[in-house]
Amino acid sequence: MNIIVCVKQVPDPQMPLASFRIDPATNKLIPAPGIPPVINGYDEQAVEAALRLKEGGDAKITVLSMGTNLVSDVIKKPLSMGADELVLLQDDAFEDSDDYATAKVLVAAINKIGDFDIVICGRQSSDFDTGIVGAGVAELLGIPIVPIIRDVKMENGTVRIERVVADGYEVVEAAPPVLVTVSNELGEPRYPTLRGIMAAGRKQPTVWSAADLGIDASEAGVSGSKVKIMKLFQPEKVSQCEFIPGDSPAEIGANLALKLREDKVI
Amino acid sequence: MAENSGILVFGEVADDGLSGTTKELLGKASEMAGTLGESVIGVVAGVGAKGAAQEMVAHGASKVYCSEGGALDAYNSDIYTAALQELAGEVSPSILLMGHTEVGRDLGPRLAFRLDTGIGTDCTDLNIDAETNLMVQTRPVYGGNAQAQVVVDGSSPQMATVRPKTLQPSEPDGSASGEIVDWQPSVDASASKTKVVDRVKAEASGMKLEEAPAIIAGGRGVGSTEAFDELAEIAGTLGGLVGATRAACDSGYISPSVQIGITGRVVSPDLYIAVALSGASQHMSGCLGSKVIVAVNKDPDANVFKDSRYGAVGDFKQVMPAFHEKCKELLASS
Ligand SMILES: Cc1cc2nc3c(=O)[nH]c(=O)nc-3n(C[C@H](O)[C@H](O)[C@H](O)COP(=O)(O)OP(=O)(O)OC[C@H]3O[C@@H](n4cnc5c(N)ncnc54)[C@H](O)[C@@H]3O)c2cc1C
Ligand SMILES: Nc1ncnc2c1ncn2[C@@H]1O[C@H](COP(=O)(O)O)[C@@H](O)[C@H]1O
Repeated sequence: MNIIVCVKQVPDPQMPLASFRIDPATNKLIPAPGIPPVINGYDEQAVEAALRLKEGGDAKITVLSMGTNLVSDVIKKPLSMGADELVLLQDDAFEDSDDYATAKVLVAAINKIGDFDIVICGRQSSDFDTGIVGAGVAELLGIPIVPIIRDVKMENGTVRIERVVADGYEVVEAAPPVLVTVSNELGEPRYPTLRGIMAAGRKQPTVWSAADLGIDASEAGVSGSKVKIMKLFQPEKVSQCEFIPGDSPAEIGANLALKLREDKVI
Repeated sequence: MAENSGILVFGEVADDGLSGTTKELLGKASEMAGTLGESVIGVVAGVGAKGAAQEMVAHGASKVYCSEGGALDAYNSDIYTAALQELAGEVSPSILLMGHTEVGRDLGPRLAFRLDTGIGTDCTDLNIDAETNLMVQTRPVYGGNAQAQVVVDGSSPQMATVRPKTLQPSEPDGSASGEIVDWQPSVDASASKTKVVDRVKAEASGMKLEEAPAIIAGGRGVGSTEAFDELAEIAGTLGGLVGATRAACDSGYISPSVQIGITGRVVSPDLYIAVALSGASQHMSGCLGSKVIVAVNKDPDANVFKDSRYGAVGDFKQVMPAFHEKCKELLASS
């Protein structure tokens, strides 16, 4: 079984708010000093999903990542978790690609790899929070997509998936190749082992450029994008919080009820 | 894109007719259609679509494509994508809107790629740019720590999914007239490449979280299932329900089906009490539309207070029981 996992490097979404700053001139986030980027949380869980599939049978896991400022220690994490190969899609032409252009580049790489049964993406990336690329890759490849999943298994040649829905989950079956997008309900990704980290350190990622993928510069980056960013800004927040007085937490609790009653909220 | 015209709104049916989210979309679509001098066109499918189509007319659609009693009765991603692709080809709208709902999240991006156009997801506002006549989409990014204004430029339709409960719904006008077209897409069940073999329901409470007048949301600091049960009891006293942060759900204290936030549910109750949660923007984005937000946290510097009307600093284990007792007392005397 051949599994392809798409992972994106993103700014740490848990960075303190005080470090979060936008440059109005470029409409971009200013990288916070001392806070390294991370692998998108859902994508780490996508790697975890692939590793669980591999435990259930013979499999090769190839991790794909497109980016222009990839940090080696960060982007190698899937290898140290146990993935087999890492392919980096790096080219200045890819910079500032929207989801549409990103999906095109990823699909070119997947087609170059050629042989695959399951493609695993995260449900959305925590920078722009769009949740589009997975659907795009599946559409461009012309394969079925099952989004927002909590489990995926291969059983007798059929892909069996648990898809999260508002009031529970659905069990969905499809014939490979199929694309799934992973949600946090899948559970915690495993920690890399020391052996894994050593092995990852020795592995060299494969790097493909736009030319390697047969992609024209006009098909990627801003010129290949459909969605243009006009403005990026931080809305001003004025705190209007009124702290409820009281000599003890219990008194504060009672006073809170009185306050809400006064306001006719309860 | 001169030949594209009209704002196509994908409608959804709820238990009691046209969904609230669709009414919100129609309010905004009517406003933008006025600015552009174009019309609002609706599309709705599934059980109850006929009634919902009438409602779409009352909410401003001049024409509604309606399909009930056919291949679209139950939502299926493959079938809906193919059907909507066909309809969009026929209607050639300049703008295509849907809610950022369970269906819209799935259908929107797929359809955008089929139509070879761009889409902005989870938008909180839409406006027509006076100079370019393009639709400017405002959407929270970086978990709500920033906002972006984006446009789909150079391809049509311009697509967007809109976060529920962020736009004003339009008032229905019972005297409005519009054409309802019996829509029969050429797709059938064979278009589906996946098969649902089982459905497993989480335990269902009668009321939906989205409709609860009061919500007590617990965070990681709540610490246990038992403590969540106690919060649920207090919520019950207030006629409401309990919700949670992702950290609380991931810790197994409570079912993930009550997660509130950008990747959970979006709610706007009259009263939202945030208990032992830090106020991460990814969570707060799901409740900022609430009328009154109250935070209970032992850390006076917690971010959650910035978004709250009232703050109670202290251990929730002491604050909440006293709050509950007082509430019972006040409610008994009224
Ligand atoms: C892409 C993405 C999507 C996400 N989507 C969501 C989402 O939809 N919903 C969501 O909720 N999160 C979401 N998150 C996670 C979010 O960023 C936060 O990690 C999460 O909301 C934190 O949960 P918390 O506030 O419960 O926990 P913490 O941040 O750990 O906060 C716990 C709080 O409890 C307080 N506390 C502890 N004990 C007590 C006590 N005894 N009494 C009073 N106060 C106490 C502490 O002071 C602290 O403020 C998402 C993250 C990402 C990256
Ligand atoms: N630059 C990228 N490289 C590899 N995978 C990506 C990239 N961008 C997005 N993805 C994948 O697509 C998913 C959804 O991303 P998005 O549509 O940007 O929210 C992510 O969770 C990743 O799995």
